[in-house]
Amino acid sequence: MLPASVADTACLLEAGGYVADLELATTVHLALAMRRPLLLEGEPGTGKTELAKVLAGGLNRRLVRLQCHDGLDLSAAAYEWDHARQLMAIRIAEATGAADGKALAGDLYSRAFLLRRPLLSAIDPDLPPAVLLIDELDRADEPFEAFLLEILADFQLTIPEYGTVHAATPPVVVITSNRTREVHDAIRRRCLYHWVDYPDAQRERQILARKAPGVAALLSAQIVAFVQLLRGEDLFKPPGIAETIDWATALSQLDRREIDAAAVDATLGVLLKYQDDIARMKGAAAARLVGDARAAAG
Amino acid sequence: MSPAAPAGGGRLAGAILDFARLLRRAGLPVGPADLLAALAAVPLVDIGSRTQFRMALRATLIHRHDHQALFDQAFCLFWRTPQAGGNQPPGPAPAGALSGPPQPGAAQDSRAAANAAMTASDRERLHSMDFAAMGAADIAAAKREIKRLVLPLGCRRTRRRRPDPSGPHPDLRATLRVSLRRGGEILDIAATRRLSRPPPLVVLCDISGSMAGYTRILLHFLHAVATDRARVHTFLFGTLLANVTRALRHRDPDLAFQLVSQAVPDWSGGTRIGAALGMFNRRWARRVLAQGAVVLLVTDGLDRDGAAGLAEAMERLHKSCARLVWLNPLLRWNGFAPKSQGIRAMLPHVDEFRPVHNLSSLRALVESLSRPPAPGGMQRWRMLP
Repeated sequence: MLPASVADTACLLEAGGYVADLELATTVHLALAMRRPLLLEGEPGTGKTELAKVLAGGLNRRLVRLQCHDGLDLSAAAYEWDHARQLMAIRIAEATGAADGKALAGDLYSRAFLLRRPLLSAIDPDLPPAVLLIDELDRADEPFEAFLLEILADFQLTIPEYGTVHAATPPVVVITSNRTREVHDAIRRRCLYHWVDYPDAQRERQILARKAPGVAALLSAQIVAFVQLLRGEDLFKPPGIAETIDWATALSQLDRREIDAAAVDATLGVLLKYQDDIARMKGAAAARLVGDARAAAG
Repeated sequence: MSPAAPAGGGRLAGAILDFARLLRRAGLPVGPADLLAALAAVPLVDIGSRTQFRMALRATLIHRHDHQALFDQAFCLFWRTPQAGGNQPPGPAPAGALSGPPQPGAAQDSRAAANAAMTASDRERLHSMDFAAMGAADIAAAKREIKRLVLPLGCRRTRRRRPDPSGPHPDLRATLRVSLRRGGEILDIAATRRLSRPPPLVVLCDISGSMAGYTRILLHFLHAVATDRARVHTFLFGTLLANVTRALRHRDPDLAFQLVSQAVPDWSGGTRIGAALGMFNRRWARRVLAQGAVVLLVTDGLDRDGAAGLAEAMERLHKSCARLVWLNPLLRWNGFAPKSQGIRAMLPHVDEFRPVHNLSSLRALVESLSRPPAPGGMQRWRMLP
C-alpha cells in the first residue's frame, strides 16, 4: 500500500529511522503517487541510498539494487542469456534428432534460459513488487543511461529474442547521483528531481539521536554544531551526515563527554578525508571551531 | 480529485501556466511534459502548505540543481503572499519581474553566477567583448582545421564492445542467434572488440588582460572543439571562473560567443590563477574530471596574486585528472626560460608543457597541439635554473 498523503509518507520514513524534512517527504510522496522515478542528487554522505532502503522496508517491498560502475552493460544490469545451457540444449536436440529449427529457436529463447539481472528482476511480473535502487548513476558511462530510458518511462524491458516484459506492479525507482558527471537530460526529464542538501542543525541532531543513540545530548549537540561550522569552511570535501555519525561513535568510544581541541585533532580523519583539508583544519583552526561550537551548543 | 483533473480548477491551472511562462522567460527549460507533470502533482499535495506546493512544482518543473536557486527566487516573486489554509493561490506578480533590474539575491549567489549561461543576467555586459562576425567560409575553414587536430591524448579503451569479426572476444549471444538460422549448427563464431574513445576534455582558458591578444583565436578554437567532440567542458577564468560549456555548444559561433560574453564577468581584467583553479577544484573538479579526463590549461602563467596558492591548486588539479597539458601562448621566441613566479609554481605539476611561439591563427594552434610531445618530456623544463 502506498501512503495516502505527505504526512503519511513522512511517518513511513520516520518509522524506518529516516528523518526527512518536509521538502523531501513531499517529493517522495509525489514520486510514489505519480509513479515516477525519483532522481536524488547531492553530496556524498547525505542519505540518498538510505532513503531507498527505508522505502523498501516501509513499503514492505524487496529492494533491488543496481550499483553502477564504468562499463556496466545490459548483461550485468538487465538480463543475460544462459549460453552454456543453450548450447547444451542444441546438442541434446541434435542427439535426439527431435527438433526442427523453428521449435528449437522458440525453446532456446524461453524463460528457462533467461538470467535475471537487477533491472529485469525489478519488473519481473512473477516476483513480488520491488523498490529499484539505481545507485550512483554518475559512475556508469553515458551509453548505459540509454538502457534505462525504456524501463524508467514505461516500466518495461524489451528483449529482442524474447519480447517485452511488463511490470505487474510498477517498481518504485530511486536513482542517486553524486554528480561526478552530469546525468543526461533524457533521464532527468523522466524523473522527479530532488537535491538532497546537508541537513540543518536541528535535523542533524535528530538524525544523530536515531543513528547513534548512545551519544549523550550535550556531546551530540556540540558535535552537530562543530560539523555545521566545519561545512562553512573552505574545504575540498565537507563532511556528510555519514561522517557525523561516524565521528559521534568515535568520540563516544573514546569516552568523551564534550568535544575539545585535542580530541578533535586526534579524530579529524573520521570527518575529513583529504590530507589538504586535515592540514588546513588541524590545530588552531579546529580549536577556534571547537570554541564556537561549544558556545553554540550551550 | 483524480490526478488527471486540472489542478484546483481553471484558475490555479492558469496561474501555474503563467508561472511556467515566467520560468521560461528567466531561461529555465520548462517543457510541456514538465508542465503536465506539475499539474498532475499539485492535487496530490496539500496546497495549503506553501512548502508542499513549492516542492510539487519544483520536483516536476526543474531537473538540475543549478536551476534551483532561480526557481526558488521566481517562486517567491510569483506566489507572493503565503496564505495559510487557503486554496486560492496568491495572484501572479507582474509579468517580467525577473527580467527587470537584477535581483540582489541573484547577484550574490555565486553558485548561480558560476553557471550563468542559463540565468537571467545583467544585460549591460552584453557586447562588451566584440567578436568580428564569422562568415560561412570562415566556419568551414575552422572546421577543416579542427579535423586535423590530433590532441596529444590518445584514446582510452572503454569496457564497451562492438561487433568485429576479427576481434578477440567471442560473442556467444550473436553466435547462437546466427546458428539458429541454420538449425543450430555453429559455423562462425561472432566476435567483438573493445571500443576505445577519446577521454573527456576539460579546457581551462585564461582570458585576462595579458592574454587579450589571443582570446579571439582561442574562443574560435574552443568553439570548434566543443562542437566537434563529445564530452568537452570549457571554463574561462580571469579573476573569477565561469563555466561556458553550454554556451559554446551552440552551432552558430556568433550566438555562442554572445552567450559566452554574457556569462563572463571580467573580460581582460587581472588574473588570479590560484584562486580560479582553487574554485574549479572545489566546485567542478569532482563533477567533470571523472572517467580519465584530460585537462588542457591555457594560460601565460602571469599571476596578479604573485602565485599565492597556485602551487597547491595546481597540485590538487594534477592529482584529480588523468593528464594535465599546459598550453602557454606567451612564448614568442625559442629562448624562453620560466622566470615568473607563477610559471615556476605551475611547472612541477603538469604532465606536458606546450609553448606556442606564434599563435596567429587557428592553424598555428592546431599544429602546435597536434605535435608529438617534446623528447625528454617535462625534464627539459624542470631542469632549467
